[in-house]
Amino acid sequence: MEKEFIITIFSENKVGLLSQITTVFTHRNVNIESLTTSESAIEGIHKYTITVNNDPEKVENLVKQIEKKIDVLKVFCYTPDEVVLQELALYKVQRSRNVEELVRRHNVRILEIHDDYIVLEKTGHRDEIRALYRMLEPYGVYQFVRSGPVAIIKSRRELLNEYLDYVNERYRRFLALQADGGQE
Amino acid sequence: MTSGFKDIDTPCQKPSPALPRISGSEAVIRSFLAEGVDTIFGYPGGAIIPVYDALYDYRDKINHILVRHEQCAVHAAQGYARASGKTGVCIVTSGPGATNTVTGLADAMLDSTPIVLISGQVGSKLLGTDAFQEINFIEITQSVTKWNCQVKRAADLPEALAKAFYIASTGRPGPVVIDITKDAQVGMLDFDYKPVRFIRSYQPQADIDENQILEAARLINFARRPMALIGQGVILGHAEKELCEFLVKSGMPAAATLLGLSALPSDHPQYVGMLGMHGNYAPNIKNRDCDLLVAIGMRFDDRVTGDPSNFGINAKIIHLEIDPAEINKLVYADVPVLGDVKRTLPMITEKISKCDHSAWIDEFRVCYNIEREEIIEPAIERRGPHLRMGEVVDAVARQFDDAILVTDVGQQQMFASRYFRFKRSRSIITSGGLGTMGFGLPAAIGAKIGAPERDVCLFVGDGGLQMTLQELGTIFQSSVPVKIVLMNNGFLGMVRQWQELFYDRRYSFTELTNPDFELIARGNHIPYRCVESHADLDDAIAEMKECPTAFLLEVRVEREENVFPMVPAGMPVNDIRLE
Repeated sequence: MEKEFIITIFSENKVGLLSQITTVFTHRNVNIESLTTSESAIEGIHKYTITVNNDPEKVENLVKQIEKKIDVLKVFCYTPDEVVLQELALYKVQRSRNVEELVRRHNVRILEIHDDYIVLEKTGHRDEIRALYRMLEPYGVYQFVRSGPVAIIKSRRELLNEYLDYVNERYRRFLALQADGGQE
Repeated sequence: MTSGFKDIDTPCQKPSPALPRISGSEAVIRSFLAEGVDTIFGYPGGAIIPVYDALYDYRDKINHILVRHEQCAVHAAQGYARASGKTGVCIVTSGPGATNTVTGLADAMLDSTPIVLISGQVGSKLLGTDAFQEINFIEITQSVTKWNCQVKRAADLPEALAKAFYIASTGRPGPVVIDITKDAQVGMLDFDYKPVRFIRSYQPQADIDENQILEAARLINFARRPMALIGQGVILGHAEKELCEFLVKSGMPAAATLLGLSALPSDHPQYVGMLGMHGNYAPNIKNRDCDLLVAIGMRFDDRVTGDPSNFGINAKIIHLEIDPAEINKLVYADVPVLGDVKRTLPMITEKISKCDHSAWIDEFRVCYNIEREEIIEPAIERRGPHLRMGEVVDAVARQFDDAILVTDVGQQQMFASRYFRFKRSRSIITSGGLGTMGFGLPAAIGAKIGAPERDVCLFVGDGGLQMTLQELGTIFQSSVPVKIVLMNNGFLGMVRQWQELFYDRRYSFTELTNPDFELIARGNHIPYRCVESHADLDDAIAEMKECPTAFLLEVRVEREENVFPMVPAGMPVNDIRLE
């Protein structure tokens, strides 16, 4: 049964890694619903957030194939209830009294006001963003862009840090082995 | 380029005035020497001339084999790697030189062969301009390499090459591409080579989970009808001895995949044959009766499992595997045991109790006797108007006692792997995963160079030979004494077999009108003989064996012979057909 999954990938910042990751999806005929990428909180480590709808088994295999990429540090996979997902959307809308009322009611920020249009910003869940779009549509939406979701996990455990601690430990063991004249 | 580990303070390297200042090209060659490389397969071209120029001064230390097509440089390096256990190395130029290697890289990727391929690239200022012989090789090889990297500065070369050799040969081995721009080849650097043995984002071997070892041992101790499935992981992990010890103590029968052949000697008392579509009858038909399958370094390829949902349907599965991505990919593993089988197998052996399954193995012997009567004996007996592939393989195997078998792809591949006999590990080199026609001839060249003390016997069809026929020139130029057995039936035999069985004998473009192979052999100064009758076969093989150089033995075989047994594609393996 298809379900939504949020895959977060931490990698070295290497040229061409994004295409390596997307290749894993295309090779297995899995459609990427959304993809955002930026530097993570840790310097030198890049973060990708990808959402997909697919079978749990297929997603599990996909995660392992991504993790197999040499420059990928770690991949985590979540269901929507395990994360806080937010998305940012911008709407360029024709000015009218009705629009201004919607703005007040839906906690929307106004970024710019022109004679004939205004630019609105809404942060929220995908459904809220879509709902606002539907409400604005009758009054003329010139342009509509979305950032794709970013996610933060609800668990108190910082999994990436735990993983990096583990890597540190591996490196210490490796150095100790080297000192003994062995190899990993 | 950085691979360094930043989170732990390491003492600063002070620039040493003693370091030699050399070109990037020379750094490539010196890095090879530091990694113990003594053989390279390659083909020069515009964007790689500087590296070839550096190589000119090292001809006494490195044996460069000039192939006739870049695809064959990779196949030869594969043959070399699989025969010797070392990493195969190739050098090619940019553009067409690079794209020609893609088939070889894909083959090495699917068959887990350690390869380091150096490709030339246009100067970094020209990148992305569609310059002469420029192609985005990094993008092209993304899905057919374990790792790849473009180097645009001479100073980055030693570290990139050190990583390449480390990644190619550790964990699950595979091909690595280093694409070097021309300015990086001619640029200067202070050469300081340090082998890489740690990359923080790459863990070649998982930490071994003791609980899984215990659970595996428990299942093995309780099993009444277990079977071991031997894959190439045993050979890649140099775990042949550990495998034998495990089998002797557990007492269970063992079958091998195509690439796992020769990990266990063919005459081992617990060996019950080859798995898969054209494998032996017993390990296929008994699959349903097994209550435990112990998969050792194999990946449940569809040519092995048939319908994977029916594979080992009454069995628990223990999967010993180095690559975490193979666990549960096709067949669910009740007990996954991650890690190199060289380490995990002895841990399991230690925990199991000595067991005797001879009654169970006898059931395999009964099935073997059925196969022997119905398939094997008729296939190898010297009767009928024409020579047949089975008897040719059998006759060659009798005279080439401890040879490395190299095959191409198709019917001869299946006959050869079925009827050849293996005494020690690394005795079969064949294209399993990709099934690359044309693989055989260049791979045989590499195998002979990788194991010069052993005879190398190539079985190849008339179709496959003509795919890489130009390598006969390489054999002549480099004096590589490989023994080529050409099974000529005038057909693309395996496709023709499928057309006969599943497409109503509509032989659509599978019939070949062939050139005169004698003239081709003579043109390449390779001794040749043709044999068409049972009576001449042994004498012809003896002549081939005694010949000190390469030899082409053309065997005119029956035109429409089929390989049996056969599991039709996608069917459960116990639906194996004897005819």
